[in-house]
Amino acid sequence: MIRMVVKRLLIGVFVMWGAASLIFLIVRAAPGDPASVLLGPDADREQIRQLHATLGLDRPLHEQYVTYLGDVLRLDFGESHRLGRPAMDAVLERFPATLELTLTATTVAVVAGLLLGLLAGARPGGRTDRVVSAVTIALQSFPTFWVGIMGVLLFALTLRLLPSSGVGTPQHMVLPALTMALPFIAIVARLARSSVTETMREPYVVTARSKGLTEPQILLGHALRNSLVPVVTIVGLQMGALLGGAVIVENVFAWPGLGSLVVDAVANRDYAVVQGVTLLIAGAVTVLNLVADLLCAQLDPRIRMEAAA
Amino acid sequence: MTRAATARAATAGDAAAREASALTVTDLTVTLPHPGGRVRVLDGVSFDVPPATTVGLIGESGSGKSMTAGALMGLLPEGATTTGGVVWRGTDLLTADAAHLRRVRGRQIAMVFQDPLAALNPTQRIGRQVGEIPRRDGLSRAEVRRRVIDLLDRAGIPEPERRMRAYPHEFSGGLRQRAVIAMALSGNPSLLLADEPTTALDVTVQARILALLRSVQRAEGLSMLLVSHDLRVVSHVAERVVVMYAGRVAEQGPAREVLRRPAHPYTRALVASVPAVRTRTALADPLPGAPATPAARPSGCPFHPRCPLARERCRTEVPAPRAVADGRRSACHFAEEVLGS
Ligand SMILES: Nc1ncnc2c1ncn2[C@@H]1O[C@H](COP(=O)(O)OP(=O)(O)OP(=O)(O)O)[C@@H](O)[C@H]1O
Ligand code: SF4
Ligand SMILES: [Mg+2]
Repeated sequence: MIRMVVKRLLIGVFVMWGAASLIFLIVRAAPGDPASVLLGPDADREQIRQLHATLGLDRPLHEQYVTYLGDVLRLDFGESHRLGRPAMDAVLERFPATLELTLTATTVAVVAGLLLGLLAGARPGGRTDRVVSAVTIALQSFPTFWVGIMGVLLFALTLRLLPSSGVGTPQHMVLPALTMALPFIAIVARLARSSVTETMREPYVVTARSKGLTEPQILLGHALRNSLVPVVTIVGLQMGALLGGAVIVENVFAWPGLGSLVVDAVANRDYAVVQGVTLLIAGAVTVLNLVADLLCAQLDPRIRMEAAA
Repeated sequence: MTRAATARAATAGDAAAREASALTVTDLTVTLPHPGGRVRVLDGVSFDVPPATTVGLIGESGSGKSMTAGALMGLLPEGATTTGGVVWRGTDLLTADAAHLRRVRGRQIAMVFQDPLAALNPTQRIGRQVGEIPRRDGLSRAEVRRRVIDLLDRAGIPEPERRMRAYPHEFSGGLRQRAVIAMALSGNPSLLLADEPTTALDVTVQARILALLRSVQRAEGLSMLLVSHDLRVVSHVAERVVVMYAGRVAEQGPAREVLRRPAHPYTRALVASVPAVRTRTALADPLPGAPATPAARPSGCPFHPRCPLARERCRTEVPAPRAVADGRRSACHFAEEVLGS
């Protein structure tokens, strides 16, 4: 088990190095220049040159890269010149809001998705199954931003049931969290359905029937746990994608998380903040995948044995 | 009465129930969907399992042995249709409602499965699976635990207190089969359906598991339907045998007589193919040709393409099973000839 964790963390370090390097190159390859943004359109060449020197942007790319990696290793994520404070401070300040939104969306998606998937998978080809399958296909085929905008139009502007944007009350959470959760519900439901259907064909389910158990007893007592492993793995992966995808939803709903911070940082070529957000999300994804693996091992003793071997 | 009290009362009534327990299978026919129309995988199967008796069900692979065992308990693959009668304690299990079937399953008729690793839930400890029926019958935790230890002990699993905490993958093949037997005994059944209980095991373990099944069957006065493609297994354990070919019963009767003096050419070929049963021949004669499958069942007698005695009549006329001697039935037009030779 410890070996598995160590292996996972080593892979995580590798992933984060990759993410750090990629984002380093991407921000610098993108058109635009932090100095001209900071100084405005009236700045002259000399002012820009001086600011480049201050920011270290006049040095060759590989030198900047080595300095940057060294700083990151020392947990120094650089200064945001736009905000005038350490970049990671600004990132961490916004992170809880994004996390709250992501966790709420995930909880909704897992509960609803599992329920739908179990109901559908209990009787494959039955009426519930057909309805659930139609609903999940519909949920997966609408783009997130479109669902968000439609939600605002309907519930906020027409029905006036929910606030269209901002934070403060639990009602503020409903539209952004649902927008993020809907496609996720579909993913969980479809996976849970196929996993449960497959499990219900296992010989040990016939054994359970031969013991006189009812179908609900078999579903909950034997099939559910064994069907969860692929679901947990996908939820782990999908949460990482959700953290990344939060950018769009947060901007639609003016949710004060990483999304608006990073959009602002990109627009202003605030390299340190963009890099900080990327590293934080890469770190979160690593942790999430580790947690998912540990959960799977908890669910299935055979995975524990493999991890120990 | 509490559920636990009901369960104990049921246990007390078991001895009496076993006395009256015989399983009567009449004209059991099972069809399965198949590309190009439904296939009768079982066609008019009839036999009895008398109380406290072991009946061996033998036949080559694909002859319908597992289908027969499954049909008795209503555990058939999706899309199967069943006709005929499976009468158990005065009720036809084929037409009984789901609640009645659930009361019979595990508590009156229990299954021992062929592949113990597949038959056990990989994510549950052995003790939980063996104790599931007692637990659901409302026994307390301590009572369930005692019962599980007793069951594992009776199934010959050493150190049951420790082993009950193991997962199936931590057991050897032999221990797993013992666990499956313990699980089958957990509901105090009167009839065990054992589908190839030793096929997945190596030879020495096979012998021990067979001895265990035999001693359990004797000690508890159970009936047992022992499914096997291995004639040696059946000849060691069974009092009666039912020989199946292509989804039909070829021959049945007392095991010794059927195996010593077959009344059907197929049984004779089976016996001749096993060296240990026929000690007089030094070499076994393998069965010629490939077994007929229910999907491509030959006309007339399904055995005719492989039968050394086949005549014109065998190609056209299906031989009906008929009594050929005391307690013996054969589905061969020339059974008397076979018996006499
Ligand atoms: N799920 C299924 N769908 C369709 N046909 C099946 C299915 N399972 C088995 N059959 C067919 O039914 C027939 C009887 O199968 P069965 O499993 O009862 O044979 P068996 O005598 O137990 O053989 P074995 O010794 O290989 O276990 C076979 O011809 C097989 O091809
Ligand atoms: S009926 Fe004919 S083909 Fe069939 S077993 Fe008897 S002799 Fe052989
Ligand atoms: Mg079989």
